[in-house]
Amino acid sequence: MKGEGAGGSGPKFNMYFKTEDLAVGYSGKALIENINIGVEKGKILCLLGPNGSGKSTILKSITRHLNKIAGTVFIDQEDMSHFSSVETAKKLSVVLTDKVAPELMTCGEVVATGRYPYTNHFGKLTEQDNRIVAESMEAVKVLDLMEQEFIRLSDGQKQRVLLARAICQRPEIIVLDEPTSYLDIRHKIELLGILRNMAVEQNVTVILSLHEVDLAAKLADQIILVKDNHVYGYGCPEDILDDEVIKDLYGIEHGSFNMLLGSVELPKTGDMEPQVFVFGGDGYGTLCYRALNKRGISFATGVLYHNDVDYQVAKSLASQTIVEKSFRPVSEFVYEQARKALQKCEVVIDSGFDLEGENNRNRMLLEMARHANKPILSLRKETKHETGSVEYFNDIGALINSDRLKFGSANGHKRKQRRSLAASI
Amino acid sequence: MKKSNLGKIARYQLVCIFLLIGLVAAVVFSINSGTVHMSVKDIFDIIVLRANEGSVESNVIWKIRLPRLLAAAILGGGLSVAGYLLQTFFRNPIAGPYVLGISSGSKMFVGFTMIVLMHYVKTIPAGIIVLAAFVGALVSMAFVMAAARKVTDMSMLLVVGVMIGYICSAITDFFINFAQENEIANLTNWSLGSFSGIGWSDIRVMSIVIFSSLFAVMMLSKPIGAYQLGEGYAKSMGINIKLFRLLLVLFSSLLAATVTAFAGPIAFVGIAVPQIAKMLMNTSKPIIIIPTTFLTGAVFCTFSDLLARTMFAPTELTISTVTAFFGAPFVIWLLLKKKK
Repeated sequence: MKGEGAGGSGPKFNMYFKTEDLAVGYSGKALIENINIGVEKGKILCLLGPNGSGKSTILKSITRHLNKIAGTVFIDQEDMSHFSSVETAKKLSVVLTDKVAPELMTCGEVVATGRYPYTNHFGKLTEQDNRIVAESMEAVKVLDLMEQEFIRLSDGQKQRVLLARAICQRPEIIVLDEPTSYLDIRHKIELLGILRNMAVEQNVTVILSLHEVDLAAKLADQIILVKDNHVYGYGCPEDILDDEVIKDLYGIEHGSFNMLLGSVELPKTGDMEPQVFVFGGDGYGTLCYRALNKRGISFATGVLYHNDVDYQVAKSLASQTIVEKSFRPVSEFVYEQARKALQKCEVVIDSGFDLEGENNRNRMLLEMARHANKPILSLRKETKHETGSVEYFNDIGALINSDRLKFGSANGHKRKQRRSLAASI
Repeated sequence: MKKSNLGKIARYQLVCIFLLIGLVAAVVFSINSGTVHMSVKDIFDIIVLRANEGSVESNVIWKIRLPRLLAAAILGGGLSVAGYLLQTFFRNPIAGPYVLGISSGSKMFVGFTMIVLMHYVKTIPAGIIVLAAFVGALVSMAFVMAAARKVTDMSMLLVVGVMIGYICSAITDFFINFAQENEIANLTNWSLGSFSGIGWSDIRVMSIVIFSSLFAVMMLSKPIGAYQLGEGYAKSMGINIKLFRLLLVLFSSLLAATVTAFAGPIAFVGIAVPQIAKMLMNTSKPIIIIPTTFLTGAVFCTFSDLLARTMFAPTELTISTVTAFFGAPFVIWLLLKKKK
């Protein structure tokens, strides 16, 4: 367990929003207990966890859509259960996952419902209310949709209008339950950007749940990890999130998530001795690794420096990665490792790494391969000397379809055998 | 924005004027049609100047046509608002007191009460009938709400409502089988739905119930508006959801029950009219739509009653025959539109 998790010491006293021994669940039965989390004013708190882990249950209990089972929720040192529903509405607004389909309501009218706690008995909007509605819509860039009918909008626009509605309520805290579901990448970025700005500029506290680990790490000040109905970790994302925690949190057995790059690699497909040796480096290798992985071709790669982007991907996908520590010449030992790996492989891929340098071991290895007459598939753009075993390709699409990379039925057969074995186990 | 607001207000006013003209036209036509023919001047004299008091013409106008006309307008409006509340409650544009079996529940309780009480008293007070209808409406409503928890699909809810309606009708028919003959004549006539035979004392009772309910519903227009975004959002704005839902159930049942108590079950008005009102106004703002729905319902029912009386005179059609003729195709169209 990382950070201040379940049962650990609670969050600091000066937290603007915090929970003390909160227990949440349905119909009187606690699902998650001992939730001690908090966030300062104007900061972003994000709940991460797999589907069905209880993120929504926690959020709904905070927003009072569910009755909490035990414990206390504080806003600005005050017990939330002392607030009336209208007082709560003035302090806390929400963006829910509920599908909203109001007939014949314009976006302006939807946003204006956010003024509900402030307007008179008939909900008459004053000049000031109208101004706040317009400001809120401007803040999420939907002012031009004012007169449009809400149900005709795209999902991205709808979500923004609903966020404008939440902003319009002029809350201290906004709670959003998976606001980025159904949004394409551009709208995700824009929406989270707006939340960031709100937190920084208007000092609004944001509590949200997200599915995207990479975005959460970049957005949130505090992160709660929820798994199997318990709080699995709590703290700064920079401190508590790493590849292993993510794998464990989501129960990823195959494939991997790279926290540093924020990228996903699908499960490694080649499960045999490497047949291809890829010369990577400077990020040239990554695309080759992924292309090979899609075809189920096992490969070794090297010599990579530890700080190379290619290394981050290679460690997920390659059968063997030959790596040297950063900022030093390749040692004899590593060189020897690479030479052996290269010899065992049937085909070599030259991704077009940097050939410069007196003692460039990779260049030496590549020359060695050429002398050994290994088939070399090269993506190199410059210095094309047509020697027997080198084949040049303009792009990876062509390279990956090369006959050299078709390792015949023996390959498929072996894999089939292995699969049936696996199935019988 | 200012300009479009003015446009909207102009539209609201225009539609209102249009509906009022419609209502006046319906009133004029209705008063002027029937087996006893009178000139417009005679009618004017009778109503405004109270001329010829005691004459056949005066009696026809004052004792038959006027109360019937007023009843059609008031009950039509009340029924439409009941439909509007049910559509809000179930968040379902094809909900209404008739299709959800609520009118039939009222009918069953009123029928039962009438048969039992007729043995003891000659005429049953209107208040008692309204009360029986209200209880019946709440019983049906309870069943529909229980079903609504299980089924999320709005067409399924309709099927459940229609079934409840059939059960109630079956039970009502069962009572009628055991009733005495003079009772049957009364009951069957009423249970088919008609605005005939309504007197001024009835008008007073229905006015009190329906107009006070209408006023209360208008007072609820702010939470109704917020409720259109769904229960979750409504709650987050500070609405007491439990109380609000209870009020919706009570007022929709009370309105539907009052209509059924006086005129029997009337088909499709509750579904169609609120939708027509929204289309006319091109908005769903409750503060606009509630009065528009009432007015549209009043116009719709007075015209329907006019047709029911005059189309095959002297034979009178039941009011549902006419309202269903116009309402049912409209509902089919609504269903098809939703599927798109």
